Amino acid sequence: MRLHITPGDGTPIYRQIMNQVKYLIAARRLSPGEELPSIRVLAQELVINPNTVARAYRELEAAGLIRSRHGSGTVVADRGSPLAQGEKDRILEERIGALLAEAAQLGYTLDELVSRVCAHHAEMQDHGEVEKGSDHD
Amino acid sequence: MTEATPRSGEAVVRIAGLSRQFARKMALVDVSLEIPRGAVYGLVGENGAGKTTLIKHILGLYRATVGSVQVFGMNPVEEPEAVLGRIGYLSEDRELPGWMRVSELMRYTQAFYPQWDSAYANALCEMFELDKGARLKHLSRGELAKAGLLAALAHRPDLLLLDEPSSGLDPVVRRDILSAVIRTVAEEGRTVLFSSHNLDEVERVADHVTMIYHGRVVMNTSMDDLRDLHHRVVLRSPNGRTEPPRLPGMLSVEIHRGEWSYLCEGTLDAVKGAAAESGAELLEIASPSLEDIFVARAKGTGLPARMVEVGQEVTP
Repeated sequence: MRLHITPGDGTPIYRQIMNQVKYLIAARRLSPGEELPSIRVLAQELVINPNTVARAYRELEAAGLIRSRHGSGTVVADRGSPLAQGEKDRILEERIGALLAEAAQLGYTLDELVSRVCAHHAEMQDHGEVEKGSDHD
Repeated sequence: MTEATPRSGEAVVRIAGLSRQFARKMALVDVSLEIPRGAVYGLVGENGAGKTTLIKHILGLYRATVGSVQVFGMNPVEEPEAVLGRIGYLSEDRELPGWMRVSELMRYTQAFYPQWDSAYANALCEMFELDKGARLKHLSRGELAKAGLLAALAHRPDLLLLDEPSSGLDPVVRRDILSAVIRTVAEEGRTVLFSSHNLDEVERVADHVTMIYHGRVVMNTSMDDLRDLHHRVVLRSPNGRTEPPRLPGMLSVEIHRGEWSYLCEGTLDAVKGAAAESGAELLEIASPSLEDIFVARAKGTGLPARMVEVGQEVTP
């Protein structure tokens, strides 16, 4: 697991760790059951305070993305756990909120936005960027 | 914002109502500070803000004339041996005797500390790639800082005091220094107080931030609260309105072409609520950088900004 920390850009370091671990899980570069480095090891590797790593791990665990096994380190959680679903919902809600706000700002109506989203999706399907028929859930 | 750590009762450093005057200048004004065991405190502030004066009180090099200083429950001026034997100190000017060789510095420092760990000292020497036969006066600035840190660490002190440990060092050496500090924190839970101009390094290493401005503690907070309780709010000014509305918890406001950019203190919900009630259009809520927070705090004191250089590296 290779993480990159940029202090001073406004995003707290624990959140930078969380975002990157989430991304690695989503991109399947970390698979369920895979072990994460210990707090101490990651703190030394990134040259950051161990409490910062501990907070990132704590919040990732609360979000259901990782779990700590008693005495045997921290591993990536299995996919599809209810908390992970809640986290997915939360991320999506956040994006939808931002999109709606932006669209309103630019003067698009909801109907216009929805038809644009559908058109965009169809275009991506044609380019093979999303799986066809993946709209069952 | 109390520290809920189980060992919070064990303050390694306890400073209460400390004031210090040099000639006509107040160097410290009613400073109170408690550092619990295992915490890593970053001490920030401009040059001449009082950081070194504070550290020298903890070392017992200055006697508290107004207020009190306790280290490990003792007065460092009255019990210097008991206190200094448990402190590792790296001074800002690295005042090491230039005629000594690195090996001699190690032997010389060892003589002061019964708990000196020779194996650890040798390991640090190797890690820092120091030539034991080299005279200190021939070392580079970075090597001198490493030699000083070695001498401060090898007796495995309970409290590590670092005055500007990486000031004026190149990025590679700075990283070596910070790595060594992080290692002692991660592996041994050491209590650390370090002063720094470099906010990126404070953000990396510290779990608690104490900001001194003109001798006063203007902010003393955990890194978590610092990040969770400060927000940047950008509002769009309605037509014709030139005066930005006051928001509860606001520390500063800047005006840029029809937009007001605030730095506010409070929970995210409180800040959002205040922004919504302001009557102006909310454009953005974001996390400010540490530098933004410090500058807002410094300006908020109403004291003259002699040299707001927080966040800049100062090369002496």
